Amino acid sequence: MEYIIIIISAIFVNNIVLAQFLGICPFIGVSGKISTSVGMGGAVMFVMTLATISTWLVQYFVLTPLNIGFLQTITFILIIAALVQMVEIILKKVSPPLYAALGVFLPLITTNCAVLGVAILTVQKDYNLMEGVVFAIASAAGFAMSMIIFAGLREHMDLMEPPKGMKGVPIALVTAGILALAFMGFTGLV
Amino acid sequence: MAKKESTFINMVYVLFLISALSGLALGYVYSITKEPIAAAKKAKIEKAIKEVLPAFDELSSGYKVFSYDGSKPSDSLVFFDAKKDGKWVGTAVNTYTMKGFSGLVKLMIGFKPDGTINKISVLEHKETPGLGSKMSTPKFIDQFNNQNPSSFKLTVTKDGGDVDAITAATISSRAFCDAADRAFKTFKQNKGGNK
Amino acid sequence: MDQMKNFTKGFLKENPVFVLLLGMCPTLGVTTSALNGLGMGLATAFVLVGSNLVISLVKNFIPDKVRIPAFIVIIASFVTIVELSMQAYLPSLFDQLGLFIPLIVVNCIVLGRAEAFASKETPLSSVIDGLSMGLGFALALTILGGVREILGSGAIFNMKFMQSDGMLVFVLAPGAFIALGYLIAIINKVNNKA
Repeated sequence: MEYIIIIISAIFVNNIVLAQFLGICPFIGVSGKISTSVGMGGAVMFVMTLATISTWLVQYFVLTPLNIGFLQTITFILIIAALVQMVEIILKKVSPPLYAALGVFLPLITTNCAVLGVAILTVQKDYNLMEGVVFAIASAAGFAMSMIIFAGLREHMDLMEPPKGMKGVPIALVTAGILALAFMGFTGLV
Repeated sequence: MAKKESTFINMVYVLFLISALSGLALGYVYSITKEPIAAAKKAKIEKAIKEVLPAFDELSSGYKVFSYDGSKPSDSLVFFDAKKDGKWVGTAVNTYTMKGFSGLVKLMIGFKPDGTINKISVLEHKETPGLGSKMSTPKFIDQFNNQNPSSFKLTVTKDGGDVDAITAATISSRAFCDAADRAFKTFKQNKGGNK
Repeated sequence: MDQMKNFTKGFLKENPVFVLLLGMCPTLGVTTSALNGLGMGLATAFVLVGSNLVISLVKNFIPDKVRIPAFIVIIASFVTIVELSMQAYLPSLFDQLGLFIPLIVVNCIVLGRAEAFASKETPLSSVIDGLSMGLGFALALTILGGVREILGSGAIFNMKFMQSDGMLVFVLAPGAFIALGYLIAIINKVNNKA
């Protein structure tokens, strides 16, 4: 039952992009087309889950026992950077078609605040490993979902004529704001 | 000066050196900030305790009590017993709820020995500004003063209780009651205070 | 290098938030008030100056293949220093900014300047670039925070000037997006005219 609450909360109520503001750079940058959004969403889901598992293990087996919790930021980001590097190499060897689909997004994920953010949140919320994994997958799903919806909206907007100053990013942001407003309707679900 | 070559030895050496140096620098900063950080945290809690308890001259250090309904260490509440002239005058309970509109809400509740609420202070919340955030205003929070939860039901009137909810912020009000109720039930169970 | 131009570029022409469109996450996440925006901006500026300086000083010692991890370690160290110092000496600001302080390490501005500037230019230029971008970032965040605070809470720098609350949506998530969208549109107009 706990897991359902985590899932609904992460995808709808506390959507990491529209409510918590994590992962905005790729959200704005990659959501021009639905196809790229799907690719990025998939890559993020993959990396976020692996990253949360690795950082959780390091936090509870290395940082906390040795009382070096203050090194959390630096170790987490290094783990994520190394993970992304490894995933790229492995993916290239193991599944070239998958690499061709996701590959270009992988380096961008290192600086994706959503991945580091979710890793830190998992520790802050005191989740055990299983809850952490569920949280990561659900958060990534929420990220992917909002990005795909947003891409759909943007593809429509490309066919329209906003005022000159608003073209491009400004109108995209205002649209994102309205989308965020819509998602606020989910609060109270859990 | 030409850039260093990317040989394997060089890469490992440089990364190791940089990590070691930064580790040292951070260790140093950590050691000088450790005290102020602990002091700041302590000051925040102590301020809240002073606010919610009747006058006291002796305060116990905080001890954890497992919430009456929970079992995870993170479900424990922190109790602080206060004495004046050697007599137990009250216990401050650091309580929480996850049921807020935006999640975690933390309260500090001052209980008199018989379980009557002396005063409540909001420690932490992320509720909606202008709505749920009104839980810190006297209009809402003072209604609990001098009420004993054995007769003053800690649920909103909508749910059959005695608490006047914040207009348009029922969820935050319910969450507040949840935290207060948890504190009271755990207090009763522990029947805290110094032996 | 025209250091004067180097210093002023971050404020308007190449403002990291309004023009380069970098560092969006903290921009939207912490600007619920002008003070929070300013605090976050200055913290980031500190990291920018520090990391730009160190990276520019050691750029010739770092083999090309490991430069990104090396930059990350240096940047993360400065972020941790800011984290610890803030926790110790400015605890209420630390509580307000929350998760976004450690996230400075993945702020695209910091890694971006390290890669595009500090790894190629002199320490002096890099420090000035860091200051320029950092202060420009702080300016952007303070402005956005101010707009949201005025419209949403009827206050500025925690001083209320309206009896009631304003349009609450502005201190919530949707308001952040909308306010930033309009601000960027305005800045675009200003830059195109200038």
